[in-house]
Amino acid sequence: MRAPLSWLKAFTPLAAEARHPDSLQELSESLDSLGLVVAGIEHVGEGLDEVVLSQVLEISPIDGADRIRRVLVDTGDGRTTDVVCGAWNFEVGDVVPFIRAGGELPGGIRIEKRKMRGVTSNGMLCSPAELGLAGDRAGLMIVARPGAGQPPGLDLGLAMSEHLGIGHDAVFDLEVEANRPDCLSMSGIARDLAAHYGLPFEVPEQDVRFSPGSSPAGDLGSVRVETPELCLRLTARVMRGVAVVPSPAYVQRRLTLMGMRPINCVVDASNYVMLELGQPTHPYDIEQLGGRGLVARAAHRGESIVTLDGETRFLGTRPVRGSDELTSLDCLICNANDVPVGIGGVIGGQASEISDRTTSVLLEAALFLPVAVARTSRSVNLRTEASLRFERGVDPEGVERASLRVCQLVAEAAAAAGLPAPELAPGLLDDAPATFARARVIVRPERVNALLGTDIGAEQMAGLLGPIGYLVAPPAEGVATSSGDAGAFEAVVPSWRPDVSREVDVIEDIARMFGYRKIPPTERRSPYVGRLDEVQLLRRRLRRVLAGLGAHEAWTSSIVSPADQARAGLSEDLVRLSNPMVAEESVLRAGLMAGLMAALRHNSGHRRPWLRLFEVGDVFSLVPLLAGNGREELLLPDERERLALVLALEDDDASSAVHAWRVVQDALGIVGVAIEQGDPEESSRGALAGLHLARSARICMPSPEAGGADGGAGNGSPAGDGSPGGGASAESILVGTVGEVDLDVVAAFGLPHRRIGWLELNVNRLASAPRRPVVVAPVSRYPSSDVDLAFVVDESVPSYRVEETLRQAATALCESIELFDVYRGTGVPDGRRSLAFRLRFCALDHTLNDAEVASLRRRCIDAVEGALPATLRG
Amino acid sequence: MATEPSPTTSAPSPPFDSTELAEIESEAASRIDAAADIEALEEAERLAVGKRSRFALLYQQLRSFDPAVRKGGGQQLQELRRRLDEALERRRAALSAEERASRLLEDRLDLTEVMSSPLQGHLHVVTQVREELEDVFVGMGYEVAEGPEIESDWYNFEALNIPPDHPARSSVDTFFVDSGQAETLLLRTHTSPVQIHLLERGRLPIYAVVPGRVYRRDTPDATHLPVFHQLEGLVVDRGVSFGDLAGTIETFVPAIFGASVRSRLRPGYFPFTEPSAEFEISCAICDGSGCRTCSGTGWIELGGCGMVHPAVFEQTGVDPEEWSGFAFGFGIDRLAIMRHGIADLRLLVENDVRFLEQF
Ligand SMILES: [Zn+2]
Repeated sequence: MRAPLSWLKAFTPLAAEARHPDSLQELSESLDSLGLVVAGIEHVGEGLDEVVLSQVLEISPIDGADRIRRVLVDTGDGRTTDVVCGAWNFEVGDVVPFIRAGGELPGGIRIEKRKMRGVTSNGMLCSPAELGLAGDRAGLMIVARPGAGQPPGLDLGLAMSEHLGIGHDAVFDLEVEANRPDCLSMSGIARDLAAHYGLPFEVPEQDVRFSPGSSPAGDLGSVRVETPELCLRLTARVMRGVAVVPSPAYVQRRLTLMGMRPINCVVDASNYVMLELGQPTHPYDIEQLGGRGLVARAAHRGESIVTLDGETRFLGTRPVRGSDELTSLDCLICNANDVPVGIGGVIGGQASEISDRTTSVLLEAALFLPVAVARTSRSVNLRTEASLRFERGVDPEGVERASLRVCQLVAEAAAAAGLPAPELAPGLLDDAPATFARARVIVRPERVNALLGTDIGAEQMAGLLGPIGYLVAPPAEGVATSSGDAGAFEAVVPSWRPDVSREVDVIEDIARMFGYRKIPPTERRSPYVGRLDEVQLLRRRLRRVLAGLGAHEAWTSSIVSPADQARAGLSEDLVRLSNPMVAEESVLRAGLMAGLMAALRHNSGHRRPWLRLFEVGDVFSLVPLLAGNGREELLLPDERERLALVLALEDDDASSAVHAWRVVQDALGIVGVAIEQGDPEESSRGALAGLHLARSARICMPSPEAGGADGGAGNGSPAGDGSPGGGASAESILVGTVGEVDLDVVAAFGLPHRRIGWLELNVNRLASAPRRPVVVAPVSRYPSSDVDLAFVVDESVPSYRVEETLRQAATALCESIELFDVYRGTGVPDGRRSLAFRLRFCALDHTLNDAEVASLRRRCIDAVEGALPATLRG
Repeated sequence: MATEPSPTTSAPSPPFDSTELAEIESEAASRIDAAADIEALEEAERLAVGKRSRFALLYQQLRSFDPAVRKGGGQQLQELRRRLDEALERRRAALSAEERASRLLEDRLDLTEVMSSPLQGHLHVVTQVREELEDVFVGMGYEVAEGPEIESDWYNFEALNIPPDHPARSSVDTFFVDSGQAETLLLRTHTSPVQIHLLERGRLPIYAVVPGRVYRRDTPDATHLPVFHQLEGLVVDRGVSFGDLAGTIETFVPAIFGASVRSRLRPGYFPFTEPSAEFEISCAICDGSGCRTCSGTGWIELGGCGMVHPAVFEQTGVDPEEWSGFAFGFGIDRLAIMRHGIADLRLLVENDVRFLEQF
């Protein structure tokens, strides 16, 4: 919202001056403190001091030039001067703006002395646009037209700034919050400022004469609200004998400062009043209206209208939601013959537009329902200054005054142009299906001070509320206040404040006028000991462990393209958006792989392909999760937190991933979670989507009886990972996956890597995994004995099965088991490999003798050979 | 031999010619000093004091001396022996030091010619800022609460006093999740739905912060991302006032931004707080005197806050006459870019390692 200082001063005598930056700064701070944030200050009109009134004395052609003429003007300082001018809209005797060579126009254009076709031009005659006034650029601004040889009637040489009564001006660019529709008008902003400074505030009134009307308004037209769900009140006034002339200079100037183009006195007056008072109005040319009256009703499906901007707009085309058919319809204004002439609260129709030939005007001023205008405006995809104000809520008590003010401005324009005043038909056409009553709010001073932490007296509160329009009185008889609220008073809310309906709203106004910054800050201490929960701590440790492995943390978007997800093997149960921003990015990620692959691709493109990256974030799938909050039974998609690590250093592969998992496991003290590698043929894609099936495995932990220990949000489905058959085995819970990215996936993302290691973990499940016991195991002080055992084992038997068998057989005397060699080749049959383990034995209370060690060795060999297709290697 | 009878009280003169002794010593010393290694030194030692050395011959002579002079001779030889041993020891130490030095030199490594291997990875700058914020609030006795990113319309809007058709809805562009039912599921547009979850939990008082990812249908540019992060604070207790809100902000702002950074409030508008405020912090770059970062105002807008709206309490069954509270929120990503001079928010999601490894 733009707000010129000069205009604000028309309502209240502000001390700030456009020429004094400090005073503007101070005013700016005050606006800020009122909640009207100053986004910028624009300085205008500075050049107008050098532009003076001059009178055209002679116009003569220039030899060989047919687009420019020599003009002799009287510049009022006892001199005449030659100007070369390319405009044609003026005649001898006209008073026009002149700027002498060396001067500067608003906007910083410097005027130079020039010689054209042998004629010296000593300055320039100016168009309104060149003065920053109105849109016209082609013709000169004709200040007055007394006729050839007549005295100018004005002081030649007078600065334009003085002539127009506008000097330097500062235009504030204000951000007005959605709850303050009253501040979408100059009067509203000025009212807050006046209250802030303790200055008087008054909306200017013009004493304007209208020609006596012969017929009452009721004989000339009619208004009717057919759909009160859309329109609360429809009024109109009728003016006849209207002269459609340019607006007075100050009106044009103010409109221009507000970023609006002056058009003619009728349209300008309507716009001006909207900016001044906040009430949009719309003038129709009665002769072009068709039927002499207005009806506000819901648009029928598919009805159309050509609006002022020349567009054909269709109404009622939006899908209707459920049963509220009426309230979801668009608001249409029709003439008395039910032909659409405007879109209610948004824009008027082209057919009844005010033109130069218009003589009779029907001026609509209405109260549309904010929601109706919001919907209608969205439906026709058009936001206008009018729709913005109706959406936020206009002053229900300001309708009549605003429409009268428009008529006054039209009459003023006629008077300024020396034309007879228009005729205003007596009476207001008015249909108001609903009456407005001001809200009345009981305010308890004790409550105010308790909520604000202040010590403001009831009197002072009343004093803060009065100047912004509240009527404060002791509560009326019989108004119930809650117990013991002595001193409570009733505040009648100003009609222009639709945002105020309860005590707390009034408390905000008290706080605002008191000054937020004057409320003393106090200390509020938490009675709790703050700490992170298990999952939060785990997440932090995970991040650091992965960073310790040289991985950088990435952040990829959760909104992704289904094609990329499919490239990473995820194409089922994707959660789709109903209104994606770009068609390609239309689903929520079901996994982190695609994002990380894209990140690798980006870095490869910048010659940094060899790196490790990880990400922690939520992934989504359509396997529904019942959200029961008692209030609503909604099926929410499954959302769970994942961590994924890609290992893409030059030598990285599945082994690097297993190493990374072991580091994580050890750093977090997680025990009893195992890598469970199935047969590649049998592995359903499921949890291993996008992974190299022969070089990847699930990480699982045993189920602690009948589920339920999943812990944390986002753990919906039981053992599986969102797809049927995804679980490793019935009694284990999937914690993550480890291995290598499928070579086809690597290729699909166009990556130069041969192998990329992969580790993915379900953060919540990891948090519930068993940890190392708190009580430590004692450490032996006696020497230990090593036993090395190499077994030739069938390829179908995973190494961990051998290790587990050894661990069980080795008893508590076994300190450690380590796989130290894997051998395939000469001496080992095809389809088998040799696995060499080193077992270290040690007792707590004595040194193990040879016989004891030999017996343990035998136990281990027998156990492995007995349980597995394995034989001790010679 | 003495020509005069010597008085019994006078000591006999030493039997060895001191010139000869000096000659022996200097001959041995030059041989010792010339020894280039341990073997040469051992040879020099053998020649100086070994069985066939001149020194050994003198020692044999000593036995033939008169006991009266033998003692003086013994002392002469011991003194010589001591000085030879000293010279040998000195030389031995010097040789050992030389030998160790050359051994070290052979083992020399130029530490600046070491080739690089991967270093520690870096946490994302947004994570770092988020954790720092969490720590500040944990230090103030707040819990860190979280909530889902997919929310229902009720949690994201309605319970927060934003009914359908409320103007605040059209000002925020929301992503809706295709759930078969129009506009009932959405990607949360702010972290505020977690306020509702916390209030519904029914454990009062509440002192909590909520960091998390949020979504808005904004076209990505230097200052907007459709996916970004916020931190929300919620305090609900008996007798909580607007002054407490101002005081709390005054507490955490210097903790996060530095001791000299101040904060201030101005009126704002959020449907779920009343009174509502925006809070600003003094510009750390110009210390409040005005610069480009703060558009010359000396203040930078950080976030929104206010007293929990009674309608929000009513929606969640908390009595607004008994309990009051405040909430505040700001963008974590914005804070990160402010702090590190990041020119474009989009760098945060580009995952360029040249960017990531700077934090
Ligand atoms: Zn600054």
